[in-house]
Amino acid sequence: MTSAQIEIQLIASLVAMACAIPGTFLVLRKMAMISDAISHSILPGIVVGFFLTEDLNSPWLILLAALTGLITVFLVEFIQKTGLVKEDTAIGLVFPALFSIGVILIAKNANDVHLDIDAVLLGELAFAPFDRLLLNGADLGPKSLWVIGAILVLTVALLFTFFKELKLSTFDKGLATSLGFSPVIMHYSLMGVASVTTVGAFDAVGAILVVALMIAPAAMAYLLTNDLKKMLLLSVIFGVVSAITGYWIAHWLDASIAGSMTSVLGILFLLVYLFAPSKGLISVLYRQKRQKVEVHLLTFLLHLQNHEEESERHVKHLNEHINWREVRSKSVLDLASKNNMIVIEDQIISLTPKGKEFTSEAIKYIMTNKSSAIEEMKDRFFLFRG
Amino acid sequence: MNIQEYFSLVFNDYTLRTITLGTAVLGAICGMLGSFAVLRKQSLLGDAISHAALPGIAIAFLITGAKNSNTLLIGALVSGLIGAYWIRGITKNTHLKSDTALGLILSLFFGFGMLLLTFIQKMPNSNQAGLDKYLFGQAATLIESDVWLMCIVTAISLVVVLLFWKEFKLLLFDADYTKSLGYNTQFLDLLITALIVLAIVIGLQTVGVILMSAMLLAPAAAARQWTNSLGVMIFLAAIFGALSGVLGTAVSASSNNLSTGPVIVLIAAVFVVFSFIFSPGRGLLFKEIRYWKNRNDLQLHKTLAFMHNIAKTHENISHPHSIKILNNFQGYTKKSLKKLEGKMYITVNGSMWAMTQEGYDAAANLYNQHNNND
Repeated sequence: MTSAQIEIQLIASLVAMACAIPGTFLVLRKMAMISDAISHSILPGIVVGFFLTEDLNSPWLILLAALTGLITVFLVEFIQKTGLVKEDTAIGLVFPALFSIGVILIAKNANDVHLDIDAVLLGELAFAPFDRLLLNGADLGPKSLWVIGAILVLTVALLFTFFKELKLSTFDKGLATSLGFSPVIMHYSLMGVASVTTVGAFDAVGAILVVALMIAPAAMAYLLTNDLKKMLLLSVIFGVVSAITGYWIAHWLDASIAGSMTSVLGILFLLVYLFAPSKGLISVLYRQKRQKVEVHLLTFLLHLQNHEEESERHVKHLNEHINWREVRSKSVLDLASKNNMIVIEDQIISLTPKGKEFTSEAIKYIMTNKSSAIEEMKDRFFLFRG
Repeated sequence: MNIQEYFSLVFNDYTLRTITLGTAVLGAICGMLGSFAVLRKQSLLGDAISHAALPGIAIAFLITGAKNSNTLLIGALVSGLIGAYWIRGITKNTHLKSDTALGLILSLFFGFGMLLLTFIQKMPNSNQAGLDKYLFGQAATLIESDVWLMCIVTAISLVVVLLFWKEFKLLLFDADYTKSLGYNTQFLDLLITALIVLAIVIGLQTVGVILMSAMLLAPAAAARQWTNSLGVMIFLAAIFGALSGVLGTAVSASSNNLSTGPVIVLIAAVFVVFSFIFSPGRGLLFKEIRYWKNRNDLQLHKTLAFMHNIAKTHENISHPHSIKILNNFQGYTKKSLKKLEGKMYITVNGSMWAMTQEGYDAAANLYNQHNNND
C-alpha cells in the first residue's frame, strides 16, 4: 500500500463516519429525504462560493454552500406550512429547482470555472491526495483530509455535548419542548451539521453518494438494534467497513471509488434486510407464517368448543364449515393432535381437557386483549408449532 | 438566435421541431401521471425511481453493447420497477419508514449505476460516449423515433387512465373504501406505479435522472392550486407540462450553453411559484387578502359592539357621544367609523357620534349567526 492509498482510505473512512452520525438522526426523525434535497441543492452554493474563493476546499465555500442547504430546509418548511402541497412534494419541488440553477450557473461560466458537474455529483476520491495542504512549505497532508477531519471533530463534539437533548427531541418532541429545549434550534442545528457534512464530503464522494453514506448505514443499524448508542456505533462501523472494502473493489475494477463504496453499502443492506434477527425480511415472514398457524389452530379449537353435536365435529365437515382447503385442515388437525389438544375417534374430533383449558384461556385473552397473556399461555402449554 | 427566430424556425427546422415536440409530449405525459403521484403522496417516488433506473441503463448497455436507446430504456424500466417494488417491500416488511426506503433505493441504485458507468467508461473500445446523457439529459439527441415512442407511451397511458378512471379516482381518495368495494387495489396500485415508471423512463433521455422528478411533480403541483377536480387537474397539469417543455426548449435554444433539462425544470418551477401565489382559491396572495378582510370585519364588529355597550346605558340610544371616548378602544379607526356611517349604523356629527336604531339592532344581533348578512 502506498501512502496515497492509505490517505484515500483514511479520507473515505472519515467521510463515512462524519456522514453516519447525522444520518442516524435523520433516519430516526423520518427526514432521510431531506439529506437528498440538501445534497442536490448545495450545488448553486458551491458554484457561487467557487466564483468567490476559487478554491473547492476553502472554509468560506463550505459555509456558503452549507447555508444553501439550510435555505433549502427553510424553503421546504415554508412550502409545507402554506399547506398548498403535501410535505414530500415540497421537497421534490425545491431541490430540482435549486439544482437546475446550479447546473445553469456552471454551464454559463464553463470557461472560467474548473468545476465539472460530474465531479460535484460523483467526486473523485482518487485525486484527493494530490491537493496538499502546505503551511510554510511543510506538507501537512491532503487538504480534504483536514476538511473532513475538522467536520468530523465538530460533529463528534456536538454529539457528545448535546447527546441527551438530541435523543430527547428525536424521540419525544413534546417532552423536549415542555422541558425547555427548543425543537426548532435542535432541528436547524442538525440540518446545519448535515449540510456542512454534505458539503465537506461532496468533494470526496460526490453530492449524491453522500446520501447513501448518510442513510444506508443508519438504516442497517436501525434494523439491528433499538438502542441509540449502539445504533450510532453500528452505523459508523458499517460506514467505515464499506469505505475500505469499497476502495479495494474500485481498485480492482478500476472504477469510481464512490460508486463501489455505495455498491458495498447496497450489498450489506441487502444482507441485513434479509437476515437481520427479528426485523429482517426472513424473520418477519417466518413470524407472520407462525402467527397464521397459531390463528388457524385457535379458530379450529374455538369451533370445536362451540359445537357439541357430533355432526359438527366430523373431520369432513370441518373442510366445509371453516372453509379451509383439505391440505390446510389436515395440517391444522395434525398440529392440534400433536399438541394433545384433540383426540380423533371414528373421524369425530373432541377436545382433550388440555385443549379445553387452552381454548377457554384463549377466549379470555381475546376478550381482555392483553398481548403479554398469550405469549405466557403459549409457553405454559408448550405450544408446538409444527 | 432569439426567441422570435426560434418560433419561426420551429416549423421549418427538423431538429428544433423534433425537440420541441418531444419536450412538449414529455411534459404533457409527466403532468398527467405526475398528478397521480402528487395526490398519492408519492412525490418522491419519482425521484427514487429515476435514480434507480441508472444501473438498468448501464447493465442493458453491458449486455447488448449497443447504444440503441430502446434497449437501454427497457433496462431502465426493469431496474426502475425493481427499485419501486423494493421500496414497497422495505416499508411493508420492516419498521423503516418510507423516506428512509426512498433514500436508500435512490442512493444505492444510483451509486451502483455510477460504478457500472465508470467501469464501462474504462472498458477498451466501447462506444460508451452517449451514456452520460442519461445523467443530465440531452434534449438535443432526441430523434423522430424517440418522439414517436413518447407519443405511443402517452397514448397508452391515456387509454389506461380513461379505462380505469373511476377506479383510479376512488383509489386516490379513499383506498380502504375501494378495497371494501371489491376492487383489486393491488393491481390498480401496480398499474399506476408502472405508468409512472414508464413516464420517468421515457423522460430520462431528455431531462436526465436527476431532474426527472421535478418534471413529474412541478406541473401537477401547479395544477393542484387551480382546481379541486381530478379531471381538470390532470388536464391543467398536462398543459403546464407541455408549456414548460416548449418554453424551456425555446429559452435554451435561444442562448448558448444552456442545457434544456434544467431550463425546463426552472420554467416549471416558475409555474409553481406563480400558482402558489396567484391561484384564486388557495393562493397565498388571495389567502392573505381574505385574512386581512376578515380581520377588518372583525374590527368593525368590535367597534360596533363597543358602541352598543355605551348606547345601552342611555335611555335614548341615539344620544350623541364624543368620538374621544373610543380612543381607549383598539379596534376603532377613522376608516371604520366612516364605514359604519356608510352602513347607517351610526351618524357622525363633528366630533360626536350617535347610534341609529338600525345600528343598535345590528349590534344586538351581532353574534346571531342567522341574520348575519355581512
